[in-house]
Amino acid sequence: MNQDMLRQVMSEHREDCLDNREFGFWLYLMTDAIIFALLFATYVSMFRNTANGPEPIHLFDLKHVFFETACLLISSVTFGFAWLAAMNKKRPSVILWLIITIVFGVAFVFLEVVEFLEMIQEGAGPQASGYLSSFFTLVATHGIHVSIGMIGILTMTLQVFMKGLTPQVCSRLFRLGLFWHFLDIVWIGIFSVVYLPVFI
Amino acid sequence: MQAHEHSLKDYLKGLVLAIILTAIPFWVVWSSAFRARILFAIIAICALIQVMVHLRFFLNISLKNTGKDYLTALFFAGVLIFIMVGGTVWILFDLNFRMM
Repeated sequence: MNQDMLRQVMSEHREDCLDNREFGFWLYLMTDAIIFALLFATYVSMFRNTANGPEPIHLFDLKHVFFETACLLISSVTFGFAWLAAMNKKRPSVILWLIITIVFGVAFVFLEVVEFLEMIQEGAGPQASGYLSSFFTLVATHGIHVSIGMIGILTMTLQVFMKGLTPQVCSRLFRLGLFWHFLDIVWIGIFSVVYLPVFI
Repeated sequence: MQAHEHSLKDYLKGLVLAIILTAIPFWVVWSSAFRARILFAIIAICALIQVMVHLRFFLNISLKNTGKDYLTALFFAGVLIFIMVGGTVWILFDLNFRMM
């Protein structure tokens, strides 16, 4: 009797702990949103400050941006499928969907790094003008977030593989999902504010 | 408390809406079918709606099922972003105009 009660109290306590962690992570995401919002504000204020350097219209390629957008959107949805599989306790399909998510995430980072390297080779690196400094700060901050998110997805794939779908692992996967979907929302801002207006 | 339950239908709805809302701004800019002012408006409206779509269908935020503490944090962040970004853009463009 006593043992059962103790066990019940312990499991409630663990659930509370996980709930608190999820809420804490949500607060972190909100502060991250504010950081990105201010980087956007900086970018918009710097938009005309090209300092006789390269003009944005010659630097970007709409098709390239479209592929990046597609990769990130697809990876967001495949992460959602991994979460659904985790809810249904299907371990192999969680791992499969997470690996597909990593593939699209890597494709996104690869496209972005290629774009940056091309720009730097053309002499449009972050030091060329105030405009390019703010561009690289904003887009690279997002890129670094995606890269860290991918390390997270890789870690979670291993944890699902080795530890199984315990409540702790599921909670971590849930938080990682929030992070990943959040980064996709930031990307909506990037293609709408940074890339598309340049082509008008 | 944030709801963990999520349905396949939600993700698919979100995906279809996100594709439409991404395709519209890319297409209008690609074909430059309208005047600049209208293009800016289309991009802004599609972006705002797409952010809502992602929050609703991917992050599973809804006014009914999401906990009050989550929503409060979200709206507070929204207010801060509005004040800081709006203020920055307003002041700096005003300054820029006066310096010309």
